[in-house]
Amino acid sequence: MKLIIAIIQSYKLEEVKEELYKQEVNLITVSEVLGHGRQKGVTEIYRGAKETGNLLKKIRLEIAVNENFVEPTIKAIIKGAKTGETGDGKIFVLDLKECIRIRTEERGGMAIG
Amino acid sequence: MINSGDTAWVLISSALVMLMTPGLAFFYGGMVRRKNILGVLMQCFIILCVLSIQWVLFGYSLSFHPGTGFWGGFGWFGLNGVGLEPYADYAGTIPHQAFMIFQAMFAIITPALIIGAFAERMKFSAFLLFTILWATFVYDPVCHWVWGMGGWLKILGVLDFAGGLVVHTSAGIAALVTTLVIGRRKNLDSNAPAPHNLPFVVLGTALLWFGWFGFNAGSALAANGLAVNAFVVTNTAAAAAGLTWACIEWMRNGKPTIFGTATGCIAGLATITPASGFVSPLSALVIGILASMVCFIGVGIIKPRLGYDDSLDAFGVHGIGGIVGILMTGLFASKLVNPSGADGLFFGNPSQFLVQLIAVLIIAGYTFVATFAIYKLVDLFIGVRVSEKEELMGLDLTQHRESAYTILE
Repeated sequence: MKLIIAIIQSYKLEEVKEELYKQEVNLITVSEVLGHGRQKGVTEIYRGAKETGNLLKKIRLEIAVNENFVEPTIKAIIKGAKTGETGDGKIFVLDLKECIRIRTEERGGMAIG
Repeated sequence: MINSGDTAWVLISSALVMLMTPGLAFFYGGMVRRKNILGVLMQCFIILCVLSIQWVLFGYSLSFHPGTGFWGGFGWFGLNGVGLEPYADYAGTIPHQAFMIFQAMFAIITPALIIGAFAERMKFSAFLLFTILWATFVYDPVCHWVWGMGGWLKILGVLDFAGGLVVHTSAGIAALVTTLVIGRRKNLDSNAPAPHNLPFVVLGTALLWFGWFGFNAGSALAANGLAVNAFVVTNTAAAAAGLTWACIEWMRNGKPTIFGTATGCIAGLATITPASGFVSPLSALVIGILASMVCFIGVGIIKPRLGYDDSLDAFGVHGIGGIVGILMTGLFASKLVNPSGADGLFFGNPSQFLVQLIAVLIIAGYTFVATFAIYKLVDLFIGVRVSEKEELMGLDLTQHRESAYTILE
């Protein structure tokens, strides 16, 4: 099991969601976050007009998946979120020790899907 | 002869109607998504700025100078000749400029109503040009026809006390045209947009209801019994319509909502507007109930079936409400309320209903064609709709480089 955390451009959320649904990845958690990357808050937010020095609004996705869903999920996020410009974001893949569905107390791979 | 009471009331009413445009800004602003609220507020405020100037320069003259039956002409360009003495053909007991500034506030809020139809997807530059052209070529002439000296619909005898035709029918039809031409917003089906701040919607409704006393009771242009009648029927219709909408939702959907109740109140206010100087409080009760029933059908049943994206129901509430109100005036008007008005169908004068119907058809037809032409012209020169990326990012950031809300300090 892996936990995939992705930081993406806010306005790309809809497209990423659509791509994930196409791969039958339906369980996602979304939050609004602030951040900046290598360019330290200098990023193209709008047609070449640069905004400097500020933390920018981004969307953070958390998706827990079984091994066979890892690559499809990564590909779907890239497909939905990539523009080729700075600020497109990052994907982090973490090992996931355990997963428990509260309602049934199921554990492991059964509980993720 | 200037009457100080009348003048005071009309000045206060002008200020009340002015407050309706910011009220509308919050009413609409609460309904859009977080990324677009500043765009809506900005559109309303810039109309306040731009049309105040347009009105003083030539809008008032086009609308109210006694020109031909079809327009007022430039006789009062720059308010030349519009002084501090009364102009008896409009209002004999207040300074002419008091009448002018009262009417200015109507000219301002009318194009602001249309915003609800194309909210969240129109370019700001295109919006500005569209608004100036629309005010000049639709509002000003229609206002002259109905209210101006020599206006041909006024001579025909149409009853429109405070703007069911001039304000709500014209803005409502313009809303229908723009929503049809600009098309639906992106991702409507996969992610239906929810109002981002319902308390703002309620705040806006409260400001509109408050301002509407100036709109309708102020249209008596005097502090007299007619103003009181308009005040009472306005409040009655708004109350009846709000309650009706809540009850319809309660029966159909299981729960009454504040969003629905607020929408109902606005529908009632729009519908009573043309009738407010001609009907009794009990007629207003019936008009208010019918207003919500008809507008609910428009917003809740017809709109989803036909699939057009009148984002904030500018047509569904103001257009339908205004048209219903004009027709209701033809039914419920009574000379017992206002001797200088006329009797409606229910008081033995069926021809009045016919006059009201003709006026609605003509103004709706003219507005439809003229708005379409203006839209196409603006689209040709500037392009009306924002790009897909801009729409997804929101108008606040892309049109104004601002955002309304922060996450952390």
